[in-house]
Amino acid sequence: MIHLMIKAIIALMKILHWLIIAGVTLSLFGCAIHSTTPGTGKPQSESAYIENKGSDTIVNLALAWAERYQQLHPEVRISVTGGGSGTGIAALINGTVDIANASRKIKPEEVEKAGANGTKPVEFVIARDAIAVIVNINNSIERLTIQQISDIYSGKINNWQELGGEDRPIVRLSRETNSGTHVYFLEEVLRLGQADNKTLFSTDTLLLPSSEGISAEIRDNPNAIGYDGLGYVTPDMKMIAVASNEGGEYVLPSAETVNNDTYPIARDLYMYSNGQPVGEIKSYLEWIFSSEAQQIVIDLGFVPINPP
Amino acid sequence: MKKNLSWNEYLITGLIIVSGYSAILFVGLILFFLLREGLPSFREVPLPVIFSKRWYPIEDYFGILPLLGGSLIVTLGATMIAVPVGLSTAIFISEIAPRWAREILKPLIELLAGLPSVVLGFLGVLVFTSLLRRALDLPTGLTAFTGSFLLGGIAIPTIVSVAEDALDAVPRSYRDGALALGATKWQTIWRVTLPAARSGVVTAIMLGIGRAIGETMAVMMVTGNAPVLPVRLSMLFSPVRTMTATIAAEMGEVASGSVHFHVLFLIGIILFSISLIVNVIASAVVFRQRKRSERILS
Repeated sequence: MIHLMIKAIIALMKILHWLIIAGVTLSLFGCAIHSTTPGTGKPQSESAYIENKGSDTIVNLALAWAERYQQLHPEVRISVTGGGSGTGIAALINGTVDIANASRKIKPEEVEKAGANGTKPVEFVIARDAIAVIVNINNSIERLTIQQISDIYSGKINNWQELGGEDRPIVRLSRETNSGTHVYFLEEVLRLGQADNKTLFSTDTLLLPSSEGISAEIRDNPNAIGYDGLGYVTPDMKMIAVASNEGGEYVLPSAETVNNDTYPIARDLYMYSNGQPVGEIKSYLEWIFSSEAQQIVIDLGFVPINPP
Repeated sequence: MKKNLSWNEYLITGLIIVSGYSAILFVGLILFFLLREGLPSFREVPLPVIFSKRWYPIEDYFGILPLLGGSLIVTLGATMIAVPVGLSTAIFISEIAPRWAREILKPLIELLAGLPSVVLGFLGVLVFTSLLRRALDLPTGLTAFTGSFLLGGIAIPTIVSVAEDALDAVPRSYRDGALALGATKWQTIWRVTLPAARSGVVTAIMLGIGRAIGETMAVMMVTGNAPVLPVRLSMLFSPVRTMTATIAAEMGEVASGSVHFHVLFLIGIILFSISLIVNVIASAVVFRQRKRSERILS
């Protein structure tokens, strides 16, 4: 009896097997037919190819833009790769990419090198990135200077009492070292933007693998302090107003304060094209400033250039 | 027909031999790649740096001591939780619980073993860290102990399942003999059944520890990943960074062939050696034990 059943199952599987093969073959044919029809209508030369490379901070944004743009304009192919701002700009100088992504301004020596190579990088600020310093909603601390944040993270300040808060130990939260946000925070906040400053994160800083990890701990733990992209902050955490120095004005991060340059921990995100862009590259860059593309900026946690 | 059958047999024997040797081949290949990618770090990073207390790879601080200490303390904590709980559960199921309860309990516990560790990690982050922080008034609930607790939970089903099988395999006559000599139930379990099943129990514990030390996701989510060298046992209740979490968190972004990449493989070599040592100790214990029990039985 069992024997018979097994035989029946094997027979069934064989039939299924052939059906699947037939199905796959048919659909392949279908695809082939579909893809040839538009090809006969339009000449192949019309399809454009844009090579886009650079900053890892921007890579997700650039990918989202490229995906959406290719849906709107199927004749354009956009390839996006990361590797870092330096890599992207170097590739632009060598003429191997059409657009370089950078989370920092191009350096004067890079412009010189580009000139020597006969390329002329043209700058576009395509979005802005702000880092919010966040604490638990029950923390009484409202405002900090950058120097104080630096002292907290380097381990000089270890209790909220030293900042006028409750008598609680400070638990420092950070993103993992491979995150672009971590490096930016290290350079601009911990080292106060000074190139020769070698301050390091205190070793007991918790390195959490995701934004969600930081959010969960901030929501739960009244001792914690963390930082993350402005777009990742939800209303159940408290943002700290930051001043660049002791006497300065304390500013809460928002799309507005980031765009009028009053919030200190913010940076521009750039794209560089080789010379004034023309053709498909020009229309792609123009589309990036449209409200649809800038909405994607908001969705990914960055600050748009033109708030829609 | 007969010829056909023997041909089939050859094929199957051949396949079994190939799969048997392939295990050795794969382990050999893994070792080869680990060594090839990891050993260059000894040339690129001076030894005092490797054995220093600071791990901050983006600024070329490659001290692996905090990571080694983190892995050890988390595994130690997990063992301290999983071994007593796992063994007592196994003893209860095999020796004390009635037969019908065993038929229900054992499959349930084995079902626990199939729970993905990410799910456990998520539960740990959402529930356990907060409870632990409040209960013990710690600065943060993301500690080595949280990791140990979850790892204990992951190792317990393995320990229970294997140890229960070993206890169950002890002949009925051993227990009958002990009881006939006037031993209480506890004395029978502790002095007769457990020693007779010792090799299986040791295997169970080693398999459990093996699962714990190699576990990554759950640990990465709940231990806080701060590379601090744990020097006292009380640091079980502060954040640590394990070797597995370091590899998992950093391997994705590191440039292939860089110093950092090689050091991550060096950590892999250390993990490999640790599990090798655990296994060698386990088989040594089991081997010696079998010889002794054989001597007694003969």
